[in-house]
Amino acid sequence: MKNKVILLVEDNPSDIKLTKRALEQSQITNELIVAEDGGDALDYLFGTGQYAGRDIRIIPAVVLLDLKLPRIDGLDVLKKIRANDLTSLLPVVILTSSDQEEDIITSYKLGANSYIRKPVDFNQFAEAVRTLGLYWLLLNEPPRK
Amino acid sequence: MKNKVILLVEDNPGDIKLTKRALEQNQITNELIVAEDGEEALDYLFGTGQYAGRDVRIIPAMVLLDLKLPRVDGLEVLQKIRANELTSLLPVVILTSSDQEKDIIASYKLGANSYICKVDFNQFAESVRNLGLYWLLLNEPPRK
Repeated sequence: MKNKVILLVEDNPSDIKLTKRALEQSQITNELIVAEDGGDALDYLFGTGQYAGRDIRIIPAVVLLDLKLPRIDGLDVLKKIRANDLTSLLPVVILTSSDQEEDIITSYKLGANSYIRKPVDFNQFAEAVRTLGLYWLLLNEPPRK
Repeated sequence: MKNKVILLVEDNPGDIKLTKRALEQNQITNELIVAEDGEEALDYLFGTGQYAGRDVRIIPAMVLLDLKLPRVDGLEVLQKIRANELTSLLPVVILTSSDQEKDIIASYKLGANSYICKVDFNQFAESVRNLGLYWLLLNEPPRK
């Protein structure tokens, strides 16, 4: 999988733990960066704040983005990702508990590649993370090599 | 999977057969519409040509789009899909033999959701399985 990085933007500690565990159980050993709010995510991507000095030419293979985040919410993060030349084509998968049609439509309109509702059931959640991990890291060709 | 339609835009008969078989082998029994060139694909989506009169409110859950097509090529089909309000958010997965970076970049720039290189025969069935399960079972499409 050539050292593709996954950026997980998620503030719920148990969902972070579940996601980590599900990836490990699927032998997905790619570097997982966790940003617990929108500001952290943007700092990582653009090399600002705590990530000042990071080589920003290294972009993730996929961003898993929750919508409900403190400080800067998911849709705002998505807007900023798409607005910046560096990350405008970066695959973004919305991974959220919201099943509201307006969130789904808005996410796609703002350029999300995919939208997944977090299953409530633990086993289904793990299976979803496994499927999306394998899809975006193994099967999908990201826009940059 | 709620009768989600898959639109496969592919001109190679061998690849069409492989794709059909891979979907069936994985119990993916959704209706598969095959368009063998770009123009047919657009006729299907917009209810023109041989598909005049089709209820265009029924849009596929996903489009599997080859790039190398006769008449209207894949990138042009993608452009027209994104330009029309009816289909602007429709999930489009490029499924092509090209691994050229310019094709990959152009596809994403024109709004493809995903890009998959057709690999060798043995892995093809597995790839179709994974992408079918991903886009039909896991992904929430933009319309209900």
